[in-house]
Amino acid sequence: MSSDVLTAGRSAVLRGRQRYLPVLVTAGLLVAMFTVGGLRYEAFASGQIVLNVFIDNAFLLVLAVGMTFVILTGGIDLSVGAVVALSTMVTATLMTDHGWSPLATVPLVLLIGSALGLAMGCVIHYFDIQPFIVTLAGMFLARGLCYVIGTDSIPITEETYTAVAQTQISLPGEMHLSVGVVIALAVVLFAAYMLHYTRLGRNVYAIGGSEQSALLMGLPVARTKIAVYTISGFCSALGGVLFSLYTLSGYGLNALGMELDAIAAVVIGGTLLTGGSGYLLGTVLGVLVLGLIQTIISFEGTLSPWWTRIFIGLLLFVFILLQRLISVRRS
Amino acid sequence: MNAAAVIRHRLFWPAAVLVLLLAANVFFTPGFLSVELKDGHLYGSLIDIARFGAPLILVATGMTLVIATGGIDLSVGSVVAISGALACLWITGLDDQQSTAGVLTAVGIALGLALFLGLCNGILVAGIGIQPIIATLILMVAGRGLAQLITDGQILTVNSAPYKLIGGGYWLTLPFGVLIVAAVLAITAFLTRRMALGLLLESVGGNATASRLAGIRSRGLIVTVYAFCALCAGIAGLMISSNVSSADGNNAGLWIELDAILAVVIGGTSLAGGRFSLGGTVLGALVIQTLTTTIYTIGIPPETTLLFKALVVVAVCLLQSPAFREKVLNRRRRRPQSAPASADPKVKVPA
Repeated sequence: MSSDVLTAGRSAVLRGRQRYLPVLVTAGLLVAMFTVGGLRYEAFASGQIVLNVFIDNAFLLVLAVGMTFVILTGGIDLSVGAVVALSTMVTATLMTDHGWSPLATVPLVLLIGSALGLAMGCVIHYFDIQPFIVTLAGMFLARGLCYVIGTDSIPITEETYTAVAQTQISLPGEMHLSVGVVIALAVVLFAAYMLHYTRLGRNVYAIGGSEQSALLMGLPVARTKIAVYTISGFCSALGGVLFSLYTLSGYGLNALGMELDAIAAVVIGGTLLTGGSGYLLGTVLGVLVLGLIQTIISFEGTLSPWWTRIFIGLLLFVFILLQRLISVRRS
Repeated sequence: MNAAAVIRHRLFWPAAVLVLLLAANVFFTPGFLSVELKDGHLYGSLIDIARFGAPLILVATGMTLVIATGGIDLSVGSVVAISGALACLWITGLDDQQSTAGVLTAVGIALGLALFLGLCNGILVAGIGIQPIIATLILMVAGRGLAQLITDGQILTVNSAPYKLIGGGYWLTLPFGVLIVAAVLAITAFLTRRMALGLLLESVGGNATASRLAGIRSRGLIVTVYAFCALCAGIAGLMISSNVSSADGNNAGLWIELDAILAVVIGGTSLAGGRFSLGGTVLGALVIQTLTTTIYTIGIPPETTLLFKALVVVAVCLLQSPAFREKVLNRRRRRPQSAPASADPKVKVPA
């Protein structure tokens, strides 16, 4: 399998089954959470609950996919939440206030997100400024642009768009999915293919393992680094489109702090924050864990919503400790 | 001192930006610089900038020391919210909200918790060896939840004159918050610049292993700076909540960590660690606060503050980036000795 070769670099030391350990732990946690939920609450153990987790977190899934690319190279992208907000704002204002068709709006939004990612990638690479600071500036810029467009929530009333948003794709067993989930899953599959079976994916892992070695090996470091931030920008914009499909409105305060959720999902999914090791499947599991926490808390009823943040924090702590243990043992 | 030396001084750019911002204000509002005495208090836009900027300066001071050791603390915003929430919770439980002893206990408890959270951060970073950005991310995420747990999701309001003094009161004609900041700054500057502590911090930031081999207890130092940073954030939290006499677990100190990091970066402290400038940080924080005030006084919609901040970050970072200077600035005046003084080894921040 070529994936053994392409995780050369840092993760080469994580051999055999150990490489899959973080993902397996996350999968185990997910199963355990679902079992506990099923035993505790009536009507929890149904297929629709799982699908609802997907429906409620389709945008987060897309964001986390982009974030996985960035974190695999050892970088970070703090701008994703703000780009989501900007995308919902642009979508809503163009369609509601200016009467644009969705067919023109959505590509433009995706283009804006990608362009922002491209610009940040260029600054990070060519001027050698920390990704943390550059994407922070990107975050301020995107949120600022939201407020320039408007400070109020703009509803989306465009007919085709609302029709798409309300479409339910029926599955056997009286279950249904939204269009957003289908798009998100398509993104996940495509990204998994890119990451594990193409040259770009190989380069991403190599740069995360050691940028210096990748450069010395003659890999296109500049192109790859800029590409991952562009991918992340594109994913954020797409996440924003899905978010606007989900809420049918645009608002500058949407997705506040969502960059943290995306980073948490990637970490819980077992991707090392130093880069070079991790799987897209892990990220999907991480998003599901976050979604299931919210579902359980809403089923529990007596727990207040802020427990979500506390639980996510605890999980982050446990998983980071686990990563640390694994990396200590192998060295 | 000739002009070139002035320009190359590391505080030149932040100071220039600050002067430029103030000049812009004077241009748009002629009476901007005037400070007058009313009812025994000093009033004026400059005083306002100092008063509203006080919490940011405080947080940024703690952040400077953390960044000097090559770390970063993302959790300060959450600590701000937690400390304000705990103090207000304690005060609402008092029989007499005006009692100074009760308020002092509340302040003590809140700062104690902040210190404890900082110690946890420090132990995660220095003891267990987790990257700083990740270790503090945990508290950043969980902390907001904790703050809301303390306030029970409500906005706690208090009616306590002694508590109000911390962030909203005046003492000797000056805002009390500004005096607190001055005291903290003076102590920090004394400890780091008149004693060896600053040098030790910079050596840990420059190379933690080498400094440990040289006999410096880098672990203890790192734990101390995170605790100090959280303590500063705790005091800032008290100021912010005292100024509005209420605690909001959700919005208090929102994004102050980013503003603080920004202030530190504008002040010329390298995010890679190994050197720091307290004066630069204060300038940086004042630049950010002045920018906010300027936007209000000139009449630009306040919503665009973030946009201006983004532009300032980009401009300052580009000006400070050795790669950018090399590529763009030196193209105009290609002289061999004109290489910028800050030819730092380009170390990546663990992000």
